[in-house]
Amino acid sequence: MASSETAFAEAHRARGLAPFLRSQMRNIAPFLTLIFLSAFFAFASPSFATLDNLGNILTQVSVTGIIAVGLTFVILCAEIDLSIASIANVTGIAVAYFTLQESYVNIANIPLPGAVAIILSILLCALLGLVNALGLTVIGIPSFIMTLAMMQIAAGISALLVRGQIAYKVPSLITTLGSGSIGGIPWIVIVAAIMLLGGHLVLTYTRFGRYVYMVGGNREAAEYSGLNVKLILGAVMVISAVCSGIGGMLGVAHFGSAQQNEFDTYLLDSIAAVVVGGTSLFGGRGGIGNTIVGLFVLGVLNNGLDHVNIDSFLKILIRGLILLAALIINVYAQRLREKAAE
Amino acid sequence: MSAGRSPILELQGITKSFGGVEALRGVDFALLPGEIHGLVGENGAGKSTLMKIIAGVHTEFSGRFLIDGKETHFRSARDAHAAGIAMVHQELSVAPDLTVAENVFLGNQPTNALGLVQWRRMAREAGEQLARFGIDVDPMSRLGDLPIGLQQLIEIARVLFSGARIVILDEPTSALSPPEVERLFTTLRRLREDGTAIVFISHFIEDILLVSDTVTVFRNGRKVAETASAATSKGALIEAMIGRGGEALEHSYTDDLMLPQPSDSTVVLKADQLSLARSLKDVSFEARAGEVLGIYGFMGCGQQELSRILFGKLKPDGGTLVVDGTPKTFASTAAARRAGVALVPESRRDMLFHQEPVYKNISISILDRISSLLLKPTQERDIARRQVEQLQIRPPVVGLDLGMLSGGNQQKVALAKWLTYPPRLLVLCEPTRGMDVGAKNDVINIVRDLRARGLAIIVLSTEPETVLSLADRILVLKRGALVREFKNEPVSKDRLLEAA
Repeated sequence: MASSETAFAEAHRARGLAPFLRSQMRNIAPFLTLIFLSAFFAFASPSFATLDNLGNILTQVSVTGIIAVGLTFVILCAEIDLSIASIANVTGIAVAYFTLQESYVNIANIPLPGAVAIILSILLCALLGLVNALGLTVIGIPSFIMTLAMMQIAAGISALLVRGQIAYKVPSLITTLGSGSIGGIPWIVIVAAIMLLGGHLVLTYTRFGRYVYMVGGNREAAEYSGLNVKLILGAVMVISAVCSGIGGMLGVAHFGSAQQNEFDTYLLDSIAAVVVGGTSLFGGRGGIGNTIVGLFVLGVLNNGLDHVNIDSFLKILIRGLILLAALIINVYAQRLREKAAE
Repeated sequence: MSAGRSPILELQGITKSFGGVEALRGVDFALLPGEIHGLVGENGAGKSTLMKIIAGVHTEFSGRFLIDGKETHFRSARDAHAAGIAMVHQELSVAPDLTVAENVFLGNQPTNALGLVQWRRMAREAGEQLARFGIDVDPMSRLGDLPIGLQQLIEIARVLFSGARIVILDEPTSALSPPEVERLFTTLRRLREDGTAIVFISHFIEDILLVSDTVTVFRNGRKVAETASAATSKGALIEAMIGRGGEALEHSYTDDLMLPQPSDSTVVLKADQLSLARSLKDVSFEARAGEVLGIYGFMGCGQQELSRILFGKLKPDGGTLVVDGTPKTFASTAAARRAGVALVPESRRDMLFHQEPVYKNISISILDRISSLLLKPTQERDIARRQVEQLQIRPPVVGLDLGMLSGGNQQKVALAKWLTYPPRLLVLCEPTRGMDVGAKNDVINIVRDLRARGLAIIVLSTEPETVLSLADRILVLKRGALVREFKNEPVSKDRLLEAA
């Protein structure tokens, strides 16, 4: 039995490297992009390929990375979450709102002990995620629309809390994790790494992780297999919101202030990181490993464009083009894989 | 019979391989105008591959391809279409949200000088065409609202009336009720009079013998026989198909079969007065441990809906389900699974993960029994290997993507996922549809074995043979209502058809 299995596996492998590579296109293409971009910037600018700059890049992608952990779960289920940046913003503002501010900050806030402030803020983002989850699963609103509404709702709560003002103080734990460092390594990088690792472990080694992949791979089949698909979809929406909230709190500490519209660019960046990394928008394929590569592609691109002399307005266009290229690869990788499976 | 006519299509020495595996080996095939040519063979014998070559879907092959005596090479399905070749694929390919008329004229709607669609003309002509086929529907109704059988007839009608000279029908009768099949055959015969050449692929050998002039048999990528239909028999064809004595394998079920004394074992499921919108009316029955309950009816009789209600996928409008003495209302399929109900739907695509390995497909429904938080892949693979061995799934490689398996083996995987921790009640929809004789027998044996292990099993099918080969007791479902129960009495295909 076992021997016939190996024999078959070998015969199968003997079909050649090309089909294997085609089926792995999703993972290979982003990695090649990363190597190509790094090589290009290293060649174009002497200040790019330095240890210091690597630290910069890591710090720059940390907030995106924390948000992207949860978003990876959502996209693996073939859903989308457009409220991540708004939820990050409102959670960051909430944690400042519950912290005693300097006297010149003109916000009618409610100062609470740091731990309580953090817990309340996490509850807030979890609650918003739960609303997303209920809208998606119980009412049946497509996630694209549901989270679009949530994007506005969260932005509205943010606006009501700060009323156009800026808050600066957050609990000391958040300040440390967001802007402190240990042994030269910024805490925010460590937090991002731990969360990415945690996400990877959950997706790869737990039953829930398997369910996420299976629901994304074929939702109908998951239901016919007796999985509670709605529960799993609801769970990923909550996970996404909580990751966004943590990213928002640390982001506020990292930037040194909490204000309206502070995280707007993180919506596109997070989606781009997940998709550029090769996680399938059709669900079921990809993972945190892909997201990490995607984060680095974006990080290297953003950082590298600052090192070469380039029109800062052109940067936006270039990022858009890179995203388009990644989307094309994403769709083609799906098609090639389907072909390889035939 | 064919004397004096020259072939409209001729293939010589066709060989086609996929990644080193030869699907067709040196096949000769000729099609005469005004001929209905039946094609039989087990799954994977090469029938569909040959037809896809004719229809321009596969363009890479070796051998000669002649149309009207002229050598031709299609570069696409479009070329084949231009040459007057049309194919109806096994899977329904209609646009359910468009009207019947739009579906009939899909791709060539009549337009006026401005390029605007002439709706009235389109509706009128579609109605006329369908009427010739004996189909009486409002051409402006939404296609998706019609029963599946009717949708399939409309799709076939579209192809038949497209003016094609060569029409290929792949399993056209599997979703049709007997009167619909009869209508299809009448139309095919009329087209034959007009000189259209028709290729008819089917697992239903009776249908082939009834309608075709010539039958060609495929086995393992070779043509093994070609004979006039009048000069052969079902037994002879089956023997040629599988290359061993076929009589024992395929009953004809034309003779009476005696159903056993009804079992008085524990009632596992009691359905009481189930009803659902337009699909089901007051359906009540019991399923007992160690008994196979067959539910037979034509396509669209409500079987699908009934099976979904039992598995918590659909909520009934009224009625109750009692499982092992406890009334249940399933909020989700997960709840049904926990209550010990398992379902294998008629479409394998719906319950399997084609891009995932076999072992993940087998373990998905029992993961919560294997692991609480962390996965145990070694154990998963062991369980899968046991199932693969027991059900003789080929190739026996649990790490292979499911999509690489043949249809019959995929169906076995669909069964395997419920067998490690057997459910109390197993609901099977069309468990042997589209399978070759060998795989069919394997599935029948698996089901019998499960019955012996004390499962309550419900088999729902639109094929009388399937129900007859498996069931201890048979219910007939007609337009959403149970109309007849067969138990402890003789039953045959005729009697079933009569009751439905």
